[in-house]
Amino acid sequence: MRVRAQSLREFFLKQPAIVDIAQGRILPMTATEILIQAKNLTKKYDNFLAVDNIDFEVFKGECCGFLGPNGAGKTTTIRMIHCVSPLTNGQLSVAGMNVSASPREIKCMVGVAPQENNLDPDFTVLQNLVVYARYFDIPKSTALERADELLKFLQLQEKRDVIIDQLSTGMKRRLILARALINEPQILLLDEPTTGLDPQARHLIWDRIINLKKRGVTIILTTHYMDEAAELCDRTLVMDYGKIIEQGTPPDLIKKHVGDEVLEIDYNDETMATLRKTLPDTRLEVISDRIRVFTTQPHGIFENYLKNHPAKGATIRNANLEDVFLKLTGRGLRE
Amino acid sequence: MTETDNITSYLQPPKLTYRVWKVWLRNWNVFMKTYKVNFFPPLLEPILYLLALGLGLGTIVQEIEGMTYIQFIAPALVAISIMNSSFFECTYASFVRMYYQKTFDAIITTPVNIEEVIAGELLWGATRSLISSAIVLAVVAAFGLITSPLAILVPALAFIGGLMFASMAMCFTAIAPNIDFFNYPAFLFITPMFLISGTFFPVTQLPYAAQVIALGVLPLTQTVNLTRGLIMGRLETILLYSLIWIVSVTPVFFILSINLMKRKLIK
Repeated sequence: MRVRAQSLREFFLKQPAIVDIAQGRILPMTATEILIQAKNLTKKYDNFLAVDNIDFEVFKGECCGFLGPNGAGKTTTIRMIHCVSPLTNGQLSVAGMNVSASPREIKCMVGVAPQENNLDPDFTVLQNLVVYARYFDIPKSTALERADELLKFLQLQEKRDVIIDQLSTGMKRRLILARALINEPQILLLDEPTTGLDPQARHLIWDRIINLKKRGVTIILTTHYMDEAAELCDRTLVMDYGKIIEQGTPPDLIKKHVGDEVLEIDYNDETMATLRKTLPDTRLEVISDRIRVFTTQPHGIFENYLKNHPAKGATIRNANLEDVFLKLTGRGLRE
Repeated sequence: MTETDNITSYLQPPKLTYRVWKVWLRNWNVFMKTYKVNFFPPLLEPILYLLALGLGLGTIVQEIEGMTYIQFIAPALVAISIMNSSFFECTYASFVRMYYQKTFDAIITTPVNIEEVIAGELLWGATRSLISSAIVLAVVAAFGLITSPLAILVPALAFIGGLMFASMAMCFTAIAPNIDFFNYPAFLFITPMFLISGTFFPVTQLPYAAQVIALGVLPLTQTVNLTRGLIMGRLETILLYSLIWIVSVTPVFFILSINLMKRKLIK
């Protein structure tokens, strides 16, 4: 997908080249410039510790995913990065600037798509973008140009003069993304950008996020969809109870925690006993009458097992990020 | 943090920049989208009051301090419009923007900070008072009830008085757990003031204790004194008292309301 508008392209070309724009592919990250850095970052609300003494870095040009169950502290962390929530303790810097000392400078270079719809219902689609641009001191003519480009970029041109109430959920999400881009941010914070969307709308947003990433925008994303994280994120941080409990690239995390493959078999006591005996180094999990078998051993052991112990309805599938997530954060409901 | 720290922190002057204006402008843009509807109440309401109370009730009421009844209540209607416009703008309307529309949340992700958002809301409330009172003043003029050229100062007074009522309203908004809460200030603060602040009868008719409260505590009494003084051209020392009252109380509530809202919204 190419951005048609001239000035958007120029803007993205201005971004320091970690990416090869001509080829649209990500170059190896040799220059790992730290853009966001947190040390002992802590946030306490009354008696609730939302973020508990965490350290992390986000590198320039990467898409970094914050994963975790509801209440893990993802949104709070995002809110501290864009300076709307003061820190209880620790340090947090964005582009070398302290969030407490330079909030305005940081907000100028950050685009935020919040979880909750906070589009201005008193205005049309276009007015939402133009009024928002005004808060950034963007001149009206520039704002109008950019708004038109962004409406094209997110396929909302036809809704330009429609009032917000008349937009579908998917359109609202796209408009929120457009609004987050109006100040041509170097850092984009996306808090659950595709929650509640149909597959078409999701894929459009994914496509645009990939597009922005290729153009050098640093992206921080929270999501509950593990396929989304696997698709978009160069690196993920898993949070739970206010702490970062694991981090790494999605393939590394999968390999480390759940191996390459997962074997699923219908549950019965006999199968369970056989599995325990034949595959002693595996982890077994029973979910709704199916046994899931995880291993970090190399390919082929499940095939061998099934050759010797044929079982009806048994499947071998690739391990995925969701397996990792559930292993790390458990199956208990959080809310 | 000790008690005293808390109190002084609530009176800490906020850091404001020209960005306050952007918030004001947002509300102005919305207002102008529906300006016909917005101009209707301040135009119609004083006409109804002047006809019913001034010409109807007024025929059986004797002169008050040398004024006919309709002359007496006309400046009060201007003062009431100053109070109502900004008070209801910065309670119900601000609450809707803050709580239901999340407009403040959206704005503070930009370089505009929360103090500027609230200050912009307050100045907008004051502007609503200015607009409404100007319309009421025009109605009063059309009824031939303006006797002094000093009436030209009423819009300036409306802005300052409007800022005072807006700031008081915003304090209620800062402590309101939900929108129904505004019934309390509306019926315990605004309605009694509407009736006893020298609006429809002189304050001197009140029992002594009530007179002390009306003159010492109620902001509408000060506003009525001033509108009546300016519209009727009666420059008395009480006007100076009322002006000093408003000018000293307004900054306190302006700052307090911003700090209260900041406490409420920044977590």
